[in-house]
Amino acid sequence: MYRYDAIDSAFVHDRAAEFREQVNRRLAGEITEDQFKPIRLLNGLYLQLHAYMLRIAVPYGTLNARKLRKLAWIANTYDKGYGHFTTRTNLQLHWIKLADAPDILEHLAEVELHSMQTSGNTIRNVTADPYAGATADELDDPRVWAEAIRQWSTLHPEFSFLPRKFKIAVTAAAKDRAATKVYDIGLAMRRGRGGELGFEVMVGGGLGRTPYLGATIRQFLPTRHLLSYLEAILRVYNRHGRRDNIWKARIKVLVASLGAEEFARQVEAEWEKADHGHTDLPDLELARIRADFTPAFETLSAASEALETAKASDREFARFLRHNVHPHKVPGYAIVDVSLKTPGQTPGDISSEQMDVVADLAERFSLDEVRVNYQQNLLLPHVKLDDVPTVYAALNAAGLATANMDLISDIIACPGLDYCALANARAIPIAQHIATRFADPDRAELVGELKIKISGCINACGHHHVGHIGILGVDKKGEEFYQLTLGGSGEEDAALGQMLGPALPADKVADAVEQMVEVYLRERQGGERFLDTFRRTGVAPFKEAVYADAH
Amino acid sequence: MPTRIRLTPEGHMVPSEDPFTWVADDEDLVQGDLILSLTRFQAEGDRLLSEGRAVGVRVKSDEEVEALAYDLPRIAVVELEFPKFRDGRPYSSARVLRERLGYKGEVRAVGDVLREQAHFMVRSGFDGFEPADGSSAQQWEAVTRRFRHVYQRAADARVPAFEEREG
Ligand code: HEM
Ligand code: SF4
Repeated sequence: MYRYDAIDSAFVHDRAAEFREQVNRRLAGEITEDQFKPIRLLNGLYLQLHAYMLRIAVPYGTLNARKLRKLAWIANTYDKGYGHFTTRTNLQLHWIKLADAPDILEHLAEVELHSMQTSGNTIRNVTADPYAGATADELDDPRVWAEAIRQWSTLHPEFSFLPRKFKIAVTAAAKDRAATKVYDIGLAMRRGRGGELGFEVMVGGGLGRTPYLGATIRQFLPTRHLLSYLEAILRVYNRHGRRDNIWKARIKVLVASLGAEEFARQVEAEWEKADHGHTDLPDLELARIRADFTPAFETLSAASEALETAKASDREFARFLRHNVHPHKVPGYAIVDVSLKTPGQTPGDISSEQMDVVADLAERFSLDEVRVNYQQNLLLPHVKLDDVPTVYAALNAAGLATANMDLISDIIACPGLDYCALANARAIPIAQHIATRFADPDRAELVGELKIKISGCINACGHHHVGHIGILGVDKKGEEFYQLTLGGSGEEDAALGQMLGPALPADKVADAVEQMVEVYLRERQGGERFLDTFRRTGVAPFKEAVYADAH
Repeated sequence: MPTRIRLTPEGHMVPSEDPFTWVADDEDLVQGDLILSLTRFQAEGDRLLSEGRAVGVRVKSDEEVEALAYDLPRIAVVELEFPKFRDGRPYSSARVLRERLGYKGEVRAVGDVLREQAHFMVRSGFDGFEPADGSSAQQWEAVTRRFRHVYQRAADARVPAFEEREG
């Protein structure tokens, strides 16, 4: 993975020093909370319902043992011994004291981490395919480009006060594991006619109260021009995005109001006028970054006896293999998911002890790499097949081996009313209810792939629009209600969910999910997933089942 | 008169006094060097310049500096107005002035101008500042020196990390 040089390192230390000075001015009463707010927000420090929350960036979801151990230590020392991974591959600590924040940033800087641009109207922490560098279906390691974007966007002088926050996701694989179509800019690598690499550039996707899927404004952008082209998009947005109404300020609204074609025309015109060499990275720098993303794999046999033996004798291990272990590009290796979705737990929460376990496993068995994905789980990208049984046993002992990836209990949920000041309703207990209802692994497996996503309000931090079943918390005369949508997807077959019917009270949500699952099991044909059946039958049978009592 | 700060060619921040008077659209012209709105400049600029005065223009954040392209050689100062510190459009305007239109005169930040923005402003090509938070030239300069390195090329002379690394 990318290693900081002296320049990167000086940068994050300078940032921590800057923040210490700013916090001292606040603590000494030299500036008011109103004046301090924009400053702390530039370092991911939010004031929530009960305490300060610090959002730490995990650039393109890549961690190593040293970083994860430091996060564990910080959570233990300055918080309640756990952290929360988000759909944007950040780690949130929910119980922080302001006076501790500068020390935390200093500790983060020591391990090449920071909390810059995890809030505010800036270019936020860039995300990428969590299988980067491990999957056979990619054209290149997208993290090379994500790292280029990370550096370019860091304290960008022109784009630190955008109309609204701005999120970029990068993938280089055919299968979209980075939700690029629901990002402000989604970059998907393609191969050109002559064999050269470029990006399809999608702009204006986003969730929130008016969800949109991104529109392609350029089919093929040669990779070397990535940064100058991003600069052109951002400049058009910075100058013309709406600033009069925060609910209309995202780039998706600009793209929708101009039309994708006209927006593309403006970007191209801006880009043509620009001096590309001024902004684009020289080849030497790209090569330097790339060198850090080439781990040393061993030459191994494609099959593992140890694994086959364990599989034959242990049913649960066999289940783990079915759901949480994925093919690797190098023979003899596998990608191993670490579930933060044990039924009953808060989706995405992880204790310091668990972080230490994963860190040890990464160091011993995964070429010192851990990834965070947007499903709020972790994964070990480079595990030898021979080591999978050992890794499984260690994960299992730490409560991290639930074999439910992409199954009904692998639920995405935002913090909701348990933490968030903007929430209408709780999200975590709903996730816990549903997951517990389907805790029986045989039943969950019978139901198969089913992605439930829950947001505690219309801001859609839990991606409910793109859930196979989406659940949105709404406020009805002071009571928590939930609006269900069906048929959404955030992947290659991206679509926004369709409304099921009137909102339901909290205690009816898990029942409704169960009723819809019954409809699916009854209606499904062949190997259809829930989503496929829904797309074939439409909403009617599901609606009928859930609202039958009301007739 | 508000405190004004200038960036010297050596990179220092110094207090400055300047002879320009801002004249709002509904005010009568006064003697001496003036700063006018873009619309008023377009109507009356030629005449005032021909009288031998120095004239500056204040550009609002929703106005495009490209409108000044042909007049820039005659304009002594371009003020870019921040109606709120959160309004980031003037950063783009400043870069366009410097990097695309080749403007060499003073680019001055006016409006909701706070010292925490100094770094971004200098990098985008501003070299004049009218702080709204009472910060001194010294404080202003300190903010621009917080970071030993930068990651991108912009309108200032700082060498980006990728070039430093090439040695
Ligand atoms: C708890 C404090 C949080 C607050 C106050 C908050 C606030 C918001 C707001 C206001 C929006 C809508 C922005 C817009 O549409 O312009 C938003 C969007 C979003 N949030 Fe959060 N959020 C919080 C936590 C989280 C967490 C924990 C996650 C991850 C699980 C998250 C992920 C997202 C994502 C992915 C979006 C993007 C949706 C889009 O593209 O519009 N947020 N958030
Ligand atoms: S969706 Fe709403 S409730 Fe959930 S974290 Fe975002 S702002 Fe808070």
